[in-house]
Amino acid sequence: MTSPLTLDCPMPKLDFDVITMGHGSGGLLTQRLLQSGVFDLLKNEHLDQQHDGALLDLSGKVAFSTDSYVISPIFFPGGNIGELAVNGSVNDLSMCGAIPRYLSLAFILEEGLHMEEFWEVLVSIRNASLRAGITIVTGDTKVVEKGKGDKMFINTSGVGMLHPRAAISWQAVKPGDKILVSGNIATHGIAIMSRRKGLEFETTIESDTAPLNHLVKTLLDVVGEDVHFLRDPTRGGVATVMNELASIAKLGIELKQTEFPIDEQVMGACEMLGLDPLYVANEGILLAVVADHAADGILAAMRNDPLGRSARIIGEVGSSHPGQVVLQSAIGGRRVVNYLTGDQLPRIC
Amino acid sequence: MKFLSEYRDGALVLEYMDQLRKTVTRPWTIMEICGGQTHSLVKNGILDMLPKEITMVHGPGCPVCVTPLGIIDEAILLAMRPDVILCSFGDMLRVPGSRRSLLEAKAEGADVRIVYSPLEAVKLARENPDKEVVFFAVGFETTAPANALSLVQADREGLANYSILASHVLVPPAMEAILSDPESRIDAFLAAGHVCTIMGMNEYDPIVEKYKVPVVVTGFEPVDLLQGILMAVRQLEAGEYKLENQYARVVTRAGNSIAQAVMKDVFDVSDRAWRGIGTIPQSGLEVNQRYAAYNARTKFNLAETEVKENPDCISGAIMKGMKKPFDCPMFGTVCKPEHPLGAPMVSSEGACAAYYHYANTLQET
Repeated sequence: MTSPLTLDCPMPKLDFDVITMGHGSGGLLTQRLLQSGVFDLLKNEHLDQQHDGALLDLSGKVAFSTDSYVISPIFFPGGNIGELAVNGSVNDLSMCGAIPRYLSLAFILEEGLHMEEFWEVLVSIRNASLRAGITIVTGDTKVVEKGKGDKMFINTSGVGMLHPRAAISWQAVKPGDKILVSGNIATHGIAIMSRRKGLEFETTIESDTAPLNHLVKTLLDVVGEDVHFLRDPTRGGVATVMNELASIAKLGIELKQTEFPIDEQVMGACEMLGLDPLYVANEGILLAVVADHAADGILAAMRNDPLGRSARIIGEVGSSHPGQVVLQSAIGGRRVVNYLTGDQLPRIC
Repeated sequence: MKFLSEYRDGALVLEYMDQLRKTVTRPWTIMEICGGQTHSLVKNGILDMLPKEITMVHGPGCPVCVTPLGIIDEAILLAMRPDVILCSFGDMLRVPGSRRSLLEAKAEGADVRIVYSPLEAVKLARENPDKEVVFFAVGFETTAPANALSLVQADREGLANYSILASHVLVPPAMEAILSDPESRIDAFLAAGHVCTIMGMNEYDPIVEKYKVPVVVTGFEPVDLLQGILMAVRQLEAGEYKLENQYARVVTRAGNSIAQAVMKDVFDVSDRAWRGIGTIPQSGLEVNQRYAAYNARTKFNLAETEVKENPDCISGAIMKGMKKPFDCPMFGTVCKPEHPLGAPMVSSEGACAAYYHYANTLQET
């Protein structure tokens, strides 16, 4: 969801229109950039300390995760790099069964980046943090010369507290477990591709980037121990996550093509571009492997959540063909779903 | 999805499968020409569903696969020039030349861009007048018209910095080469629907007559393929040989005359080397004299060198339908998509890669 530039956070008047090398120098320009906007926008008791790091009060089992965001273009239908950077780390923590609490935020900006763009990303970061209910407690800004970055790279790291009922691990996965997906697949990847230079095509497809922590918390509150494995199928898509699970757990996975929820426009774009939606990147969905007896209840719980309305049971874990993912095709044939060698590349014809 | 889901209808597929079972009495070997058809057969799991009498063998119709190593090396050589932007369709990028792939050349600093249409390459030429923009024009009769059109457009705009490196191949001469091989055991062909959309069906009449072989122009979806196979088997069982059109919703007898005209305007038919098969007379398209200024070979004075293929690779036999990927001891062991020994493993539409990706030895326990 795009975060509009709301009235409560208009861009401050600055005497510079673009990011220059000086903004990453640590000197006066850096101070002016931070003081005039960033600190105000992300204001909280930790950042207000303006310390070199954040002092956090944590007790119990803590999940810790990091991820870097280098997406191009930085603005895309349905969101931007800032929102993605917050949701990404929030989701990584959630997949561990943790309740995300604190995030760090580090920018690598390319010289020449327009201040409006930087501001818009910052506002999105603020809004995404509010939506996810996490606090940004420490950060960093560096600037690289023009041509040495792609407008903006972001790294976020996060910590979260393990949910008391979470027992998520591949070791918990057993034959008979059901595999659920919380929403339509391939949406994010196709939304990005529709705006890539040289590949623009007209669609109304928007990225589904979203924080999944509330959905995960609901599931864990209700059925905790029956959720055996959680993963957000970002890069490499559903097929890659399923292969990772099959190979590490040495179990077989059976998927049903007809059960995959997918938006018709997204399917059309995949057909046109010659891409297999199973390998296309996702953002706002998760895969859950759950105990057979709890599957229907979990599905119903997912569907009650706004982010899980299109949830489906897409397959199950078995003991035959260990290490392999097998798909039953729409016409009843069967095939192995492998890892991809590299990126999916559009075909000639 | 309208006009697509109808052709992926499981019930209809089973019905055709049933009719096929009732029709077939003897073993038949049928070759589908196009890599897209191979991909669809394997991806949908159709091969394992067919009656055991029917053996599908996979033809040479993957343009990426049959592009000779020497031409890929030429493209890489061009891409490494600082004044060149080399444009290519996506799946050509990963194919290794004799030393490296275009993707690796890109990582080393070459300006290599993926385009979806040659007209995007023309646009790049317009936007970068200080650069030479070369489009790596690979493909069968399907991509040839648009590639030809890019030269017409560049010429119209006077874009002297645009050229193409053509590696175009033609289907009918390859079919003849396969049929005239004394070891050929092909009983019928599924002709490539998209090639026929452009070229029509007339070129196949002489092949049907000369080799007394059924040819069914066929589409790419499961129902298309099953119907095409059924039509071929009916002919075979009745002892007939005819040219038939399963893909009539798209293919007409005469084809697309405008597309054919622009191909004729820009290209001459020439002898062409096919990776894994060898040189087939009059089986390729080269930029003609009139458009010579836009031929990258002439412009950059390129000489295609002959590069030796790996002797362990049996791709020739596979693409002629004499062997199957599983017959090769290298398949899936030494030869994998990330390290292909030969043509059919390099693109996802090559027979070996399709088997590797989708049919890869299902380990039932």
